[in-house]
Amino acid sequence: MNDAFERHPHDVLVIGAGGAGLRAAIEAADRGASVGLVCKSLLGKAHTVMAEGGVAAALGHVAPDDSWQVHFRDTMVGGKLLNNPRMAELHAKEAPDRVRELEAWGAVFDRTRDGRILQRPFGGHTHPRLAHVGDRTGLEMIRTLQDRAVAAGIAVYMECTVTHLLTRPDRVKGAFGYWRTSGRPVVFPAKAIVLATGGIGRAYKVTSNSWEYSGDGQALAYLAGAELIDMEFVQFHPTGMVWPPGVRGLLVTEAVRGEGGILRNKDGERFMWRYLPEDRRNEYAATDDEASRWVDAQSAGGTTDARRPPELSTRDNVSRAIYTEVREGRGSPHGGVFLDISYLPADHVRRKLPSMYEQFKELADVDITAGPMEVGPTTHYMMGGIRVDAETGATTRPGLFAAGEVAAGMHGANRLGGNSLSDLLVFGQRTGAGAADYAATQTDTPYVDPKGVQDAAAELDAAFDDGAAPGAENPYRLHEELQATMGSLVGIFRTEADLDEAIDKLGELRRRAASARVGGGRAYNPAWGLVFELRNMIVVSEAIARSARERRESRGAHSRIDFPDPDTAWSSKNNVIRYADDAMQVETTALPGLTKDLRQLISTETSHG
Amino acid sequence: MADAHLSVFRGTPTTEGSFVEFDVPAEEGMVVLDALHWIQANEAPDLAVRWNCKAAKCGSCSAEVNGRPSLTCKTRLSDFEEGETITVEPMRAFPLIRDLVTDVSWNYEVNRSIPPFQPPANQPQETWRWQQEDIERVQEFRKCIECFLCQDVCHVLRNHETEQPFMGPRFLVRSAGLEMHPIDTADRTQHLKDEGGIGYCNITKCCTEVCPEHIKITDNAIIPLKERVADRYYDPIQIAWRKLRGRDKPAGGGDQA
Repeated sequence: MNDAFERHPHDVLVIGAGGAGLRAAIEAADRGASVGLVCKSLLGKAHTVMAEGGVAAALGHVAPDDSWQVHFRDTMVGGKLLNNPRMAELHAKEAPDRVRELEAWGAVFDRTRDGRILQRPFGGHTHPRLAHVGDRTGLEMIRTLQDRAVAAGIAVYMECTVTHLLTRPDRVKGAFGYWRTSGRPVVFPAKAIVLATGGIGRAYKVTSNSWEYSGDGQALAYLAGAELIDMEFVQFHPTGMVWPPGVRGLLVTEAVRGEGGILRNKDGERFMWRYLPEDRRNEYAATDDEASRWVDAQSAGGTTDARRPPELSTRDNVSRAIYTEVREGRGSPHGGVFLDISYLPADHVRRKLPSMYEQFKELADVDITAGPMEVGPTTHYMMGGIRVDAETGATTRPGLFAAGEVAAGMHGANRLGGNSLSDLLVFGQRTGAGAADYAATQTDTPYVDPKGVQDAAAELDAAFDDGAAPGAENPYRLHEELQATMGSLVGIFRTEADLDEAIDKLGELRRRAASARVGGGRAYNPAWGLVFELRNMIVVSEAIARSARERRESRGAHSRIDFPDPDTAWSSKNNVIRYADDAMQVETTALPGLTKDLRQLISTETSHG
Repeated sequence: MADAHLSVFRGTPTTEGSFVEFDVPAEEGMVVLDALHWIQANEAPDLAVRWNCKAAKCGSCSAEVNGRPSLTCKTRLSDFEEGETITVEPMRAFPLIRDLVTDVSWNYEVNRSIPPFQPPANQPQETWRWQQEDIERVQEFRKCIECFLCQDVCHVLRNHETEQPFMGPRFLVRSAGLEMHPIDTADRTQHLKDEGGIGYCNITKCCTEVCPEHIKITDNAIIPLKERVADRYYDPIQIAWRKLRGRDKPAGGGDQA
């Protein structure tokens, strides 16, 4: 029966072709593995293209004082010390090499006056650290990696959705999916699989994420028996567009604030002064005047002793500030706050933020060189995800690896802007190596269990309405209900009662989703695809809600109204999610310890923030 | 706001397609892609639409709106007269898959044929120093989001005006981005002339007009490349000079743009 399906065996199968997947595929191919790269969309369209501000790496081109140690410390402090310290260390040490490597592969970053890669400031980073190309850094990165992968002859399977991982009792042995263009099933036997499928934003209505971000990798790993951690930490980016309705949630890059953008409420007050955490206040300017000197120096490409503006606080903090201003009645007409960069020369703004200029002009009739933008928080990034080994990206399931947003540990309770693109490169490379090395140790012939394939194929067929399904559910309606539940009960501010209600509702949605049925044919049928994405989104949503209920404190991106302060008892614990006894289990475990050297780097810091 | 009237192409390669009318409740700021999503969620769950970012950054949602090749995520309903029917059909230069989705895989094949970026072997990366003004032209080309609207509108491709290979504006832009890269050493002139078929472009500039990234495709990419090809293959003085000097690659750099 197995042979009835189209098969593409590989040593290493990479699922997802954004920055992490491409970098992993290139590395595995460089090590001699036969690599297959599967992506849900066309190659080059993955969510990485939407990354705007830059890639963080302590190159020290603008601030010679920068070093991996400072980058490490910033990352840990930004993550409220909940990061996997080894991952944060590797990331800070290796990011500069990964950025230089991109340049050697053809990327053309913006330049300093002396002709080197330019770096811009971002929230939570002590020094200007983000290598960038205007505000389209992600596009530059994905195109460079894509060209490299194509030149390396890697087999790319475009517009192909993976719905199941094929497992033998002890390890992962392949993947099952279907071609979106035809609906035909396809089997990928593989010695090692790298999940690089990105985030979960589509479980929320207001999000900066594309339709692809339906938690596929997290759910596939979970259902295959791998562990998830830190699922309560969902990053709400402070600045999404709030108007017009069709673009609500669309990202407004942090680079606007990095270039000097000022946040004000409806009374014209620069409210971020009131929200700086007390223990970090000395890192920020004390007055408007000092902040303005900092902006002048940045614009002129010079250095200054002025400290950075309050708008460059960490994302979790700025999001809560904006949310609070709006809730307390000081918001803008469309329910956000004002972000103003128009006080800088128009041609400078257009050069530094070309796609923001276009985006507002074309979609909102707002000229950002002439007046303020309206912005508000939007679901942006998943800090939590699949638990991985820092060195190799191996999950807790043999043969299964993960890198990029789908993996967890690197960012702790809150990710710093710019640390995502560098994460993709550093851990994409490491995971590609880990998977290729593992595959080389697997000498048996690729074998996938025919029963597993048949079950997976039967699940594809079952979603079509054969007229015999009373109580069939419309997947679009279920998706709307899911988004409403997550937005209202598992958003920026959480309470025990809300989370209990969310978990009940998610259980109901899970049961109803089993009856989701669609009509039409198999070729490019979006409703059919949504049936499987719904399954995945409901898994990750439940993991978020259960982890959030467990963590009875506020830390980083996780804010509990009923437990508003950080609790030291939680300062070194991760919540682990696993699938056992046909149900979702939550367990609280100890964080990997810091080595003495690393502890010293952050010894002056506290776990609060 | 009043309803928007959409007329959307529906069909498969093996059936005769037809236009289906939909009335969509319009909200302020809504774009054509929003209207298509409303249709999927409420009227036609299986309507095939290719899209990703909805922010004009990925170039997936290309279609022809009232005959004009457009990104549907960037085309606002308010751009049309009230009561005007908005016709949405797939890109016509590519084979249909279903409804608004076309098979653009040919573009990926063409891309694979372009000689990749090749840095100099004898110049260590630590010594690379490029001035911002010298890379701005290359950065313009690298803005391309591969929406393939330029390929769709190009009459050489759309009307199959030649049996010979022609890579189309998108890949002339990509070639230009490589050729004008400050340190690239590969030579793509012969590729541009033969596999690329650059001679078939007769500079009507339709591609530049539809580019959502406002890349000056014809003026900044195609014409300078045409000059390189002409210098190499059709200029007797240059040919004689190169023979005397014993070098085969035209002087590199972005200076010819």
